Amino acid sequence: MSGVLVTTTINGDAVQFACPEEETLLDALRDRVGLLGVKEGCGTGDCGACSITLDGRLVCSCLVLGAEADGREIGTVEGLSENGQLHPLQENFISHAALQCGICTPGFLVAAKSLLDRNPDPSETEIRYALAGNLCRCTGYDKIVRAVQSAAKQIREQAAQSA
Amino acid sequence: MKHDNAYTGQEFKVIGTRVKRPDGIDKVTGRARYGADASLPGQLVGRILRSPHAHARIKSIDTSKAEALPGVKAVVTAADMPVPEGLPADLAHMLENSMARERALYDGHAVAAVAAIDARTARKALGLIDVDYEPLPHVTDVDAAMQPDAPVIHDWLYTSGVDPKPEKPSNVSQRTEFGLGDLDQGFAEADVVIERSFRTEATHQGYIEPHACLANVRPDGSGELWVTTQGPFVYRNVCAQMLGMDIAKLKVTSSEIGGGFGGKTHVWAEPVALALSRKANRPVKLVMTRDEVFRASGPTSSTSMDIKLGATRDGTLVAARAEMRYGSGAFPGIWGMLSCMTSFACYEIANCKAIGYDVVLNRPKVAAYRAPSAPMAAFGVESAMDELAAATGMDPVEFRLKNASREGGQSHYGPVWGPIGIRATLEAVRDHPHMQAPLGPNQGRGMACGFWFNIGGQTCCDLNIGVDGTVTLTVGTVDVGGSRASLGLIAAEELGIPYEQVQVNIADTGSLGHNDMTEGSRGTFSSGMAAIFAARNAVAVLRERAAKMWDIPVDEVTWEDGQAKATGSEHGNLPPLTLADIAAKSPKTGGPIAGHNEVVADGAGVSFASHICDIEVDPETGATKVLRYTVVQDAGKAIHPDYVEGQFQGGAAQGIGWALNEEYIYGEDGRLQNPGFLDYRMPVCSDLPFIDTKILEIPNPGHPYGVRGVGETSIVPPLAAIGNALSNAVGVRMHHVPMSPPRILKALREHARTGPEKAA
Ligand code: FES
Ligand code: FES
Repeated sequence: MSGVLVTTTINGDAVQFACPEEETLLDALRDRVGLLGVKEGCGTGDCGACSITLDGRLVCSCLVLGAEADGREIGTVEGLSENGQLHPLQENFISHAALQCGICTPGFLVAAKSLLDRNPDPSETEIRYALAGNLCRCTGYDKIVRAVQSAAKQIREQAAQSA
Repeated sequence: MKHDNAYTGQEFKVIGTRVKRPDGIDKVTGRARYGADASLPGQLVGRILRSPHAHARIKSIDTSKAEALPGVKAVVTAADMPVPEGLPADLAHMLENSMARERALYDGHAVAAVAAIDARTARKALGLIDVDYEPLPHVTDVDAAMQPDAPVIHDWLYTSGVDPKPEKPSNVSQRTEFGLGDLDQGFAEADVVIERSFRTEATHQGYIEPHACLANVRPDGSGELWVTTQGPFVYRNVCAQMLGMDIAKLKVTSSEIGGGFGGKTHVWAEPVALALSRKANRPVKLVMTRDEVFRASGPTSSTSMDIKLGATRDGTLVAARAEMRYGSGAFPGIWGMLSCMTSFACYEIANCKAIGYDVVLNRPKVAAYRAPSAPMAAFGVESAMDELAAATGMDPVEFRLKNASREGGQSHYGPVWGPIGIRATLEAVRDHPHMQAPLGPNQGRGMACGFWFNIGGQTCCDLNIGVDGTVTLTVGTVDVGGSRASLGLIAAEELGIPYEQVQVNIADTGSLGHNDMTEGSRGTFSSGMAAIFAARNAVAVLRERAAKMWDIPVDEVTWEDGQAKATGSEHGNLPPLTLADIAAKSPKTGGPIAGHNEVVADGAGVSFASHICDIEVDPETGATKVLRYTVVQDAGKAIHPDYVEGQFQGGAAQGIGWALNEEYIYGEDGRLQNPGFLDYRMPVCSDLPFIDTKILEIPNPGHPYGVRGVGETSIVPPLAAIGNALSNAVGVRMHHVPMSPPRILKALREHARTGPEKAA
């Protein structure tokens, strides 16, 4: 059996893992690194439950090989909260009841964070298109969009205050 | 203690507030553990080999090469899962559905499974299993399966519900009939009659989390199962019986569940995982792929139906007939029966008859999907209702209001209606600003109504009070969409304490008595009822303990605002004792303080909804966009309004997907052509608008707080609401769901050629 040794940075920490060369990054993150917040809904790039950032770009980790992560920076839902504080997106997902079953939530949070990093004041349409790669079967997206709008506003207000 | 479930009309303190759910933090930080997120030492990877044929005799299975592959620890086939003696027929069907016996009955039917040290080895082993198939004639279309020359799928299947009993087997498993009055007389009275045929395609529940479990069977015959399920107690009973285990020796723990919608009320891979674990004597984790989820689990019935409605000139509905043919997949079901019972529930019709047929097909065994069977029947009936309203010259809302079911009226399927919400939802729709909003070209507005029964069922819970006065409520109904928050509110309300003082846990099967599934919109209704009664039992104990602490008679102690208060002239001046005060002394006053309850939660109140939707059709492509959507539904009492709204919105979104896009597409070869999210396209965020909701609260007399189940009804109206909107937008009446772009385009072209009468 052949495998690869991968050296990478995950949520700011240096991490090494070994995996078979055909293994997806999704499986490697879940089964080798123990980041079970990365979810599999399809394994074919169609649901977004496995969303992560790779060198800052939003990707489906089921479409990336573990081996490809070598030397790169990975961000997952586990890295969203900092200093023991939930990220405003996380806070707002809870307070707006933007999750029912919650299986899609990690993917939505990572995708929404990636949107707000690029565009701190997105319109409703921009939010809807930015999240169109993430399936949610429970909520009809209404409360998810509202949670993202509210989090964006909070982040802008915080930025204005600290500026 | 026996409690009365009657609605009391009490004033609420915390019920109806929008508190945070207890599982929220874990779910936004990735810490929540779902079906695929558990592990055990030495666990193996399980995988299933599935039939590529729609129908085939399995002449032989050679597993020797797979067994010889290093790293393979077990291979199972039906031979490893014998039918235990006396297994009831429905469980025998489920067992055969989990693992094919002499025949593979549909594309995707499991035929063998392996457990190996890793995924790579397991995959390789599947390729080494030799199955010798002899393809047999198949049928996947419900109308074709009812033809006399159709291939008969089961030679043991004789139609029940017909007299005399048929002489030959057929694919029709049962005929059911419900109704009232005299149909001939009713249609003779009618001045206007609308008669139409409809078809709907099968859809999948589409939960984002695939089926997943971790089975651990020990050589002494005991075992445990970690699994994503809507009902660990039912899974335990079913799996134990199928595998010939003692029920008490199998402990089932429900993981967090990543969506179910009815699809996780049924076992699929779980018995296989247990059989693999038993054979390998190692824990086995089995996670289905999305392809397997589509091909082998879920779906709904595909249907075909004929609806005939008659009204007098003044707009009175006097006669209705529905004949509905529902596919149940490879094994018999009850879906045609449910369609009969729901079809005419919204209306008072003196003469009506609903006839249902359940038909087996070479498709996966149908499972419940949110208000199962009701959306399709409502598509037919509510589409015809709009046409009939137009034919009598009435506004569709006024026409429905005139004929709506009312309290005290006789339903067509049995019960006499109690207080019900159909009229109130229609009045709210009539008065809603949405109804007055302007529309542009190619845009149209439609509305439709829906009904669902709701159920109660067997329920129990434990309410334990810690020595610090905090409260643990342990329930046995899985939380699929925030019910822990609602149940925490109920316990807090009943005890008179803050919500934050209550922690709600979901029990495994070793920790609580039997609970039925979270299905039929029963989770909050029934566990809420049990929690109220358990809290009242705990209050009785708390009063006794306070009386003991004060050394006064217990009937001089009342419970108010979370405190014991002494009453009467003699002791009334004693300072009250809080829950924490009493709990702190509990070790000395008689030990732990708890309240328990076991109940069959009778009195589930029926639920009605009316929806409004605006759509726009692109005449070039036939694509339909939903512009605005409003859900009005009776919740009885909304315990946590956020999660009630969430149910309304989620159900509407699923209905919209069903109406416009989602369908199982079978090829001539009987194989499913779109088993993936790319080709089975569910609505995404950019497909939908905000979904407005209006919660009505018409108390259910059968629940102390007036609660009705809220989970399912919202999927019932959208199919027809969208069909009606389409008809108003572009003048074509769609009779086939999904109303996908090609079907709409075809109807538009036909319409341009021949006028509005002929449509799809
Ligand atoms: S699991 Fe990667 S997109 Fe669905
Ligand atoms: S909350 Fe269940 S899939 Fe989104």
